[in-house]
Amino acid sequence: MKNTPVRIGYLLALAALLAAPALIYPVLIMKVLCFALFACAYNLLLGYTGLLSFGHAAFFGAAAFVAGHAIKVWALPPLLGLAAGTLAAAALGWAVGALAIRRQGIYFAMITLALAQLLYFICLRAPFTGGENGLQGVPRGTLFGLDLADDHTLYYPFVAVFVCAFWLIRRTIHSPFGQTLRAIRENEARALSLGYDVDRYKLLAFVLSAGLAGLAGALKTLLFGFATLTDVHWHTSGEVVLMTLLGGMGTVFGPVAGASVIVLLQTELADKAGSLVTVVMGLIFIFCVLAFRRGIVGEAVALYRRMTGVKTR
Amino acid sequence: MAQRASDAGQPSPYILETSGLMKEFRGFVAVDGVDLKVRRGSIHALIGPNGAGKTTCFNLLTKFLQPTRGSIRFNGRDITREAPQRIARLGLVRSFQISAVFPHLTVLENVRIALQRALGTTFHFWKSERSLAALDERALALLAEVGLAEHAGMVAVEMPYGRKRALEIATTLALDPELMLLDEPTQGMGHEDVDRVMQLIRKVAADRTVLMVEHNMKVVSGICDAITVLARGAVLAEGDYAAVSANEAVIEAYMGSSGAALAGAPA
Repeated sequence: MKNTPVRIGYLLALAALLAAPALIYPVLIMKVLCFALFACAYNLLLGYTGLLSFGHAAFFGAAAFVAGHAIKVWALPPLLGLAAGTLAAAALGWAVGALAIRRQGIYFAMITLALAQLLYFICLRAPFTGGENGLQGVPRGTLFGLDLADDHTLYYPFVAVFVCAFWLIRRTIHSPFGQTLRAIRENEARALSLGYDVDRYKLLAFVLSAGLAGLAGALKTLLFGFATLTDVHWHTSGEVVLMTLLGGMGTVFGPVAGASVIVLLQTELADKAGSLVTVVMGLIFIFCVLAFRRGIVGEAVALYRRMTGVKTR
Repeated sequence: MAQRASDAGQPSPYILETSGLMKEFRGFVAVDGVDLKVRRGSIHALIGPNGAGKTTCFNLLTKFLQPTRGSIRFNGRDITREAPQRIARLGLVRSFQISAVFPHLTVLENVRIALQRALGTTFHFWKSERSLAALDERALALLAEVGLAEHAGMVAVEMPYGRKRALEIATTLALDPELMLLDEPTQGMGHEDVDRVMQLIRKVAADRTVLMVEHNMKVVSGICDAITVLARGAVLAEGDYAAVSANEAVIEAYMGSSGAALAGAPA
């Protein structure tokens, strides 16, 4: 696995990330990172375990509310707030996953969607979420004496958290556990016949994915200072599917690319096209599924391999 | 009586025994009261015309299906209600009718998947996959055994059919099963491949028991010690090839009339 070009690529990306606030509005970059992490977490499940969840907004949103509540009401420091959100999402993931993995394919997706809708309803009615108004005015707090209210000060700890989470996802993909997940994705019956307790692996993958999606949601609350019903809405679940597919599911970096494109497009088009954004997203989705199914990174890798004649690993 | 003997801890000559095994699908009885006894160390074939219930029987034995009635004993232990992954860990490993490889993993990784469970790190998501390299030597040795060592780096899906079947056998062997269940190992193969797989099965059966579903009579007559013929879900005949192929009922089940020899049965 001594893959020098990949390593150089990561170093360049990291350098670009560290230098970026000089050129680009840091809040926009952090927003991209939030959704990139969300999509990467989702990809762990869709791309590497072969499970299509249609309710991942539940984990993203639940963590957004829990982190917001922990920081605003319990006055926890920001890092503990993030941890609380992540743990809550992982616990929720355990409950949802344990139910959903009993079924396969479309039924799995439907169960995740149904449970996510249930959570949406709870968030709509529960007092601590603020209902239609959402949870507003969550302070960013301080970290090691630094006031995070300044966007540039928030930026570097934010990037550090993202890099750690991304590293964890990448490591999971390239771990003995990741190998097992891939085997299950490729041929579940065969994995079972080789003595693998398939459901337990799926459940752990689900919990990891939910927890990391939760971390993304908690980061979002910290960044914008609010959590709203949009975070738990099924639109958000659909968006993360789109990001993952567009970037390239089953590739390590694909979801980051997909999330970047979607978030930047949404931001760019928001003033110009208004509600037409949804139409543009729909068209992108159709184009992506019809023309380049492997996604941006998937197609790029395939092209690179064709040009260099390297066999697929 | 035999069951009581094995309960007492005396080794039974049979590694696998079923009694009154039955499977009903919504009123259709696919397997009907099968008493199968597989002798330890033998190559045992399960044959029969299409729809005789062979694959259902296999699925029952490996717990991919739950029997409606009857019991299954493996090594004297009742496994009728065990989960499929438990069966595999007890030493009863199956292959599938449709080639069962992990298509987008490399040949080496395919075999390694079977080996790595023993490392006890399959839940370790924080560990590098480089830790699996320790298994490569053993995986390569297994691949060499089936003649695939030089293809170790290839992605499984890109290999021809015969080699996929060989890879499947190597993967199954990686678990070092006491009893190997092969579902039509030579199905859809050309002559050379059939010969290769036959040799391979003979080789791997040297220190284990093999139970296989097979249509190819050349394979059955060539390497199998015992044969059970199923027809319409029930056992029609049992014995060695000479006895079974001379059995009137068997010839009739295959040919639709008595008189023709079984050797001419469809491959």
